[in-house]
Amino acid sequence: MKNRDEIAQALAASGYIADGELATAISLMQLLRRPLLLEGEAGVGKTEVAKALATVHATELIRLQCYEGLDQSSALYEWNYQRQLLSIQAHRGDNPDDVEHQIFSEKYLLERPLLAAIKRPKPPVLLIDEIDRADDEFEAFLLELLSDFQVSIPELGTIKATTIPHVVLTSNGTRELSDALRRRCLYHYVDYPDVDREARIIMARIDGASASLSLQIARMVEGIRKEELRKVPGVAETLDWAAALVGLDVRDLHDAPETVHETLMCLLKTHEDKSRVTREVSERLLGKVA
Amino acid sequence: MSCCGTSPGYEELDEVSRLVASRLAAFLKTLRDSGFAVGLAEGQDAAELMTAGYAAKPRLLRSAFKHLFSARKSDWEKFDGIFDAFWLGKRVRSRSMITGSSKAANNPSLKTLADGQRSGGETAMDQVPSTDDAGADCVGEGRMEGASRADNLAEVDFRKLTDPAQIEEAHAAAARLARAMRTRLTRRDLARRRGYRLDLRRTIHGNISHGGVPISLVKRQRKTKPLRLVMLLDASGSMSMYTGVFLRFIHGVLDQFREAEAFLFHTRLAHVSDAMKEKDAARALDRLSILAQGAGGGTMIGESLQTFNRWHAARVIHSRTVVMIVSDGYETGDAPLLGREMAALGRRCRRIVWLNPMMAWQGYAPEAAGIKAALPHVDLYAPANTLSSLTALEPYLAKL
Repeated sequence: MKNRDEIAQALAASGYIADGELATAISLMQLLRRPLLLEGEAGVGKTEVAKALATVHATELIRLQCYEGLDQSSALYEWNYQRQLLSIQAHRGDNPDDVEHQIFSEKYLLERPLLAAIKRPKPPVLLIDEIDRADDEFEAFLLELLSDFQVSIPELGTIKATTIPHVVLTSNGTRELSDALRRRCLYHYVDYPDVDREARIIMARIDGASASLSLQIARMVEGIRKEELRKVPGVAETLDWAAALVGLDVRDLHDAPETVHETLMCLLKTHEDKSRVTREVSERLLGKVA
Repeated sequence: MSCCGTSPGYEELDEVSRLVASRLAAFLKTLRDSGFAVGLAEGQDAAELMTAGYAAKPRLLRSAFKHLFSARKSDWEKFDGIFDAFWLGKRVRSRSMITGSSKAANNPSLKTLADGQRSGGETAMDQVPSTDDAGADCVGEGRMEGASRADNLAEVDFRKLTDPAQIEEAHAAAARLARAMRTRLTRRDLARRRGYRLDLRRTIHGNISHGGVPISLVKRQRKTKPLRLVMLLDASGSMSMYTGVFLRFIHGVLDQFREAEAFLFHTRLAHVSDAMKEKDAARALDRLSILAQGAGGGTMIGESLQTFNRWHAARVIHSRTVVMIVSDGYETGDAPLLGREMAALGRRCRRIVWLNPMMAWQGYAPEAAGIKAALPHVDLYAPANTLSSLTALEPYLAKL
């Protein structure tokens, strides 16, 4: 599948409402065989892109969540020590070389996400989530893997990729990524969706959300994002709120200002923000929603 | 990547393709000049895109190039303008990087501040209780002729440096000091490392000859990460004699620390890390002077901190961040606001260091409303009027 429009349609069918440029990015990923680096605020739906991509390609999604201190043994592979120890005990007295040869075979190897991703028969989507949380060393290691797509295991030899996965990296910008990694990737900045797109996202995701209600919710959220908040609500929060409103049987925001204000806790996640958006503020915002 | 596409040799191209190729090369140069990190591989990929049919629709090509060439948000935002200007002949709208209003147009630029030509000096002095000014200059000059000039320079108050050569020397020393701090911090980290948990993989591999009984243990060590330094430099009139030296200090720090950010503030806040990362210090200052118009005016510390907390803190501060504020604490804005914002900042970061060049002056007491409001939230309050007082900071930072 190379056509950009086809990709946009397939994304929409999978429930992900993409902005126009994302479809270009995905078609480029295939054409140039480069990973895609997604940056943006928390909660704008970066991870969702990878999920949608997996649906579009009808393939598996392998996710590697990065964190500080993430190392090879939890990202790439690990030996199954318990099994190795048992095997050593069971073969006590045998030729040590044979034992060594046996316990360092693939049978005793535990695949972690990165190794799993290059050994699949069908290219999976490899999501490397929040790469900015991992250490610099891991980033450098990843860079090597992403260029060669092979892994060398000292005890076993080099494992070459059977397929090249579709790689998606996300970053929240808590740490500056290296220029080398940035250069290797295609870059896409994910912004908060505009009102129209957010309304379509709500309709696609929440059963029972009517077009008019979705639009009202999207407008209200846009207003809230413009307030001075410590934590600006993302798309995930919008969806939570929409689900809450639909669940409480709200058809029109103007009919139930009380409920609207009380359910704002879905959007406002700190005490400071909660106290900033008072009843008056929420009514003022509601007043602007047509 | 480009490995899967075979690009034909230059000689085999027809006239049109050759034209396109040279235009593309010119575009890549434009991008590089605008700060994009574009390499050969990107150029090849771009050529491949143009032959793959993207060239027919400018909008599609722009979007494709944007993904290919951008590497960060700032690239992403300015790309469309550069593309339109180059390929479609539209004029680029100049984007102002400054938030808020510029106050006084005839204020000295940072460049002049840094050069030590203190055109804003008169406004500065009247805000400052000058207690030990008398005879200060002759002390400075007398020392200049002494034998061990370099040593003495370490003790001379920055504002008493008058000779351009001496100022330059102080600047260079500040830059050197920043570098030395970085290397020493790293070495101390290494010396402190101890393994704290077992490396099972290496242990088992190393003990096969003992039948898998772990006799000699291999341990793993957690690497301690160097701290991140965020510097907020007061560039207001009352600080004008010190701004130059500290700018050089910051330049040195940004150059050497892997993780450091710098901000300037006076009546508003400007993020200057990118401008300061320019290798040549003089060029960095040139870029800065555009960013920081209005330097040398009043000080709105509280408001600047509010801006910082709201827009930058989440990005630049993590749990191992030390925030270093260099200011005299003469707040012309709202002092209670400063207190509140300092408290908010203190909750986010590991330590707040407040360097006050005036602290070492005789008879100085922190009586200004601003500094009084801020002090309860400061972890280290130290003088910073000489090179030796800057050096004295290093052990403190190394302990964190």
